[in-house]
Amino acid sequence: MKKVWIALPLLVLSACVTINIYFPAAAAEKAADKIIEEVWQQSEKPVVKEAK
Amino acid sequence: MKYSFKSLVALFVLAASLNVYAAADLEVNTPGVNAIKTSMQARHAQLAPHYVSGAVGLTMDGMIALRDAGSVPLAARQTVNALIAAENQDRDALYAEIANANAHPEWKAEIRSTFAQRWIQRAQSGWWVMSNGSWTQK
Repeated sequence: MKKVWIALPLLVLSACVTINIYFPAAAAEKAADKIIEEVWQQSEKPVVKEAK
Repeated sequence: MKYSFKSLVALFVLAASLNVYAAADLEVNTPGVNAIKTSMQARHAQLAPHYVSGAVGLTMDGMIALRDAGSVPLAARQTVNALIAAENQDRDALYAEIANANAHPEWKAEIRSTFAQRWIQRAQSGWWVMSNGSWTQK
C-alpha cells in the first residue's frame, strides 16, 4: 500500500513532464501575432475606412 | 502519516494542472523579448519603405532578405544590407529568447516557423514574400 503513495506522485510528475514537451502551436501563433502587431505597429483589426 | 501523503499527492496534482496551463500558453513578456521587440520596432520605420519598393522581402524561414538590389540607390545599398543583417540578428535572437523564456530551447525552430508564417500572412499588400522558393507580391 505504501508503494502506491510513492508511485502515484511519480506518475503524476511524469505526466506533467510529458504534457510540457508538446509545442503549444496555437499559443505560439497568438504570441507571434501580438509581437508582429507591435513591431509593425499594426492595429488589431484591419482599418476599415468609414464611408460618410 | 497518511494525511501528509494525501497532501503530497494533492500538491502534485496541483503542480500538474499548473503545468498544463503553462504548456497551453507561451511566455513572451520577458525583458529580453521586450528589448528585441523595441529594437525591431525602431528599425521597422527604416525598413518599411524597402518592403514597399520591393527591395527587401520576407523569407520562408522567418527572416528578411535583399530581393531586388536594383531598386535601392547605390549609395543606400550598404545601409539596406546593414539593416537586413541587424533585423535578421534580432529575429534570430527573438526566436531563441522566446524558446529560452519558456524553458524549451528546442522549440526555437517551431517558433521560427510559426513566426515565418505569421510575418508572411500579415505582410501588407504590395510587399514581397517568398513562397515555394520564389518571390511573390502580396
